[in-house]
Amino acid sequence: MAEPVLDIRDLRKTFGALKATDGVSLDLRPGEIHALIGPNGAGKSTLIHQIAGTLKPDAGEVRFLGQTVNQLGVAERARMGLGRSFQVSSLATEFSALRNVMLAVQSKQGSSFRFFKPVMRDKSLTEPAMAALERVGLKDRAHVPAAELSHGERRQLEIAIALALDSKAFLLDEPMAGMGPEGSRQLTGFLDGLRHEAPILLVEHDMDAVFALADRISVLVYGRIIASGSVDDIRNNPEVRRAYLGDME
Amino acid sequence: MSLSRENWISLALLALLLAIPYAAINFGNPFYVTLATRMAILGLAAVGLNVALGLGGLVSFGHAAFFGVGGYIAGIMASHAMSMQPLNFGLFALPASNQMPAIWIVAMLVAGVLAAAIGAISLRTSGVYFIMITLAFAQMTFYFAISWPAYGGEDGLSILVRNQFPGVNTMVPINYFLICFGVLVVALILFALIKNSRFGAALQAARQNEVRVASVGIAPFRIRLVAFIVSGMITALAGALYADLNRFVSPSMLSWHMSGELIVLIILGGVGRLAGPLAGAMLFVMFEFLLGGLTERWQFFLGLLLLGVVLFARGGLIGLVAGRQRHG
Repeated sequence: MAEPVLDIRDLRKTFGALKATDGVSLDLRPGEIHALIGPNGAGKSTLIHQIAGTLKPDAGEVRFLGQTVNQLGVAERARMGLGRSFQVSSLATEFSALRNVMLAVQSKQGSSFRFFKPVMRDKSLTEPAMAALERVGLKDRAHVPAAELSHGERRQLEIAIALALDSKAFLLDEPMAGMGPEGSRQLTGFLDGLRHEAPILLVEHDMDAVFALADRISVLVYGRIIASGSVDDIRNNPEVRRAYLGDME
Repeated sequence: MSLSRENWISLALLALLLAIPYAAINFGNPFYVTLATRMAILGLAAVGLNVALGLGGLVSFGHAAFFGVGGYIAGIMASHAMSMQPLNFGLFALPASNQMPAIWIVAMLVAGVLAAAIGAISLRTSGVYFIMITLAFAQMTFYFAISWPAYGGEDGLSILVRNQFPGVNTMVPINYFLICFGVLVVALILFALIKNSRFGAALQAARQNEVRVASVGIAPFRIRLVAFIVSGMITALAGALYADLNRFVSPSMLSWHMSGELIVLIILGGVGRLAGPLAGAMLFVMFEFLLGGLTERWQFFLGLLLLGVVLFARGGLIGLVAGRQRHG
């Protein structure tokens, strides 16, 4: 079996008495979508923060591309190729969609310490950025400030940014949230193809999307993974049904 | 190349500033030349602050430190050159110079080192803490200058003969104005380039959303530190010019009033806008001169004006004339 792209080992994080992450181990293998589901307050966001580097775990290890990244900050992990979308979209809101993506292209090309060449006339920045926007269907909205984009469009923009980073793994935190049925359907189709470029760790509440996309599902409840397996395993797991799915179906 | 409306306004302001001293001489009122020089120098100082505050969103309440350090470098170099004493650093000594280009380089280097030190500590904080910590550092330089008798202490330091510029008689007011005007133009060009560059993109994005910048792989701290250093260096250059204009430098150049004044200039003119600092400086100096002649309480009216701008014209003068800022 191929070595996992992302490998999380026995991660622990407590806030006071609350065990937000209580010995979580999971991995992400090449070519797969691994969905992480769980009820509100299960610790999904805390886990994502530790993987992305915004929070430091108390114990355990995050390995990315075969090396431990515990000591690396958010920016360093992103440069390694950890692309991310946020639960609440996080963009440079005054900048146009294009300039948001260009920021990622510029980071990937190396130094941001270039003081004189105008970015808007730099085709090595605008062209790849435009290509990424086109892939997510935002080409026509390239020059609109991020603040004026619709909720769903901002979601697409975040994915375009992750694409422009040439990510080696995607960390998508509820990419479907707030999207209409048509938008969700389109995004589902898009993510389905995306997994062949880089594997996706998908946190999502939209169960239709999860069941349609996931190669594997892990269920997080009270900071612990209570079950992990294929879509069918999870659907038929009595503990999962009791803890989570039961109140949905 | 077509110019944006904002760039037209910048050119128009520069043309206006350039016209003031010539008109003044024609009408036999050379005092206005000094006024225009003051506008250029304060504008330059605010262009410096605008890099940190306007582009980076770093509200430094301590830029007087750089302004004053620039002024003191000009004063100290002038006094040493006058008495032909080398600058003694204990381990080594350097000959002092009364040539402006040399003074400017030294002023910017010293301010750059100071900004690196202040920035390295201050930029670990944000918001009101950043404001307070930059203020604290500037106050430290203020009290240091007051308690350093070698260079005048509280009384300040006079520059008996204005420093020299190769091939120019700097004692002629219009000549000195043109030197300051030239430096201002260079600084504005530099600001425009930085604003539209990769560095400027990262800096402005970090102002809007720090998390976004980090998660595309750019560490905001280093970007901000470099911006803070560049910002301090430009303001220090203005300080050196200011000391030579007044032929006097005193701790008041380092005081928190000065820091506040620079922020006011930018808010009046337009935060982050190319010509904002210049517009603000021209308005401020004009206000100070016209109203200052009528009443000692002119700052009360300046306060009213500032209040009006903050409440009704957030983008300052430039925002009022050129409209809101669009980024690509």
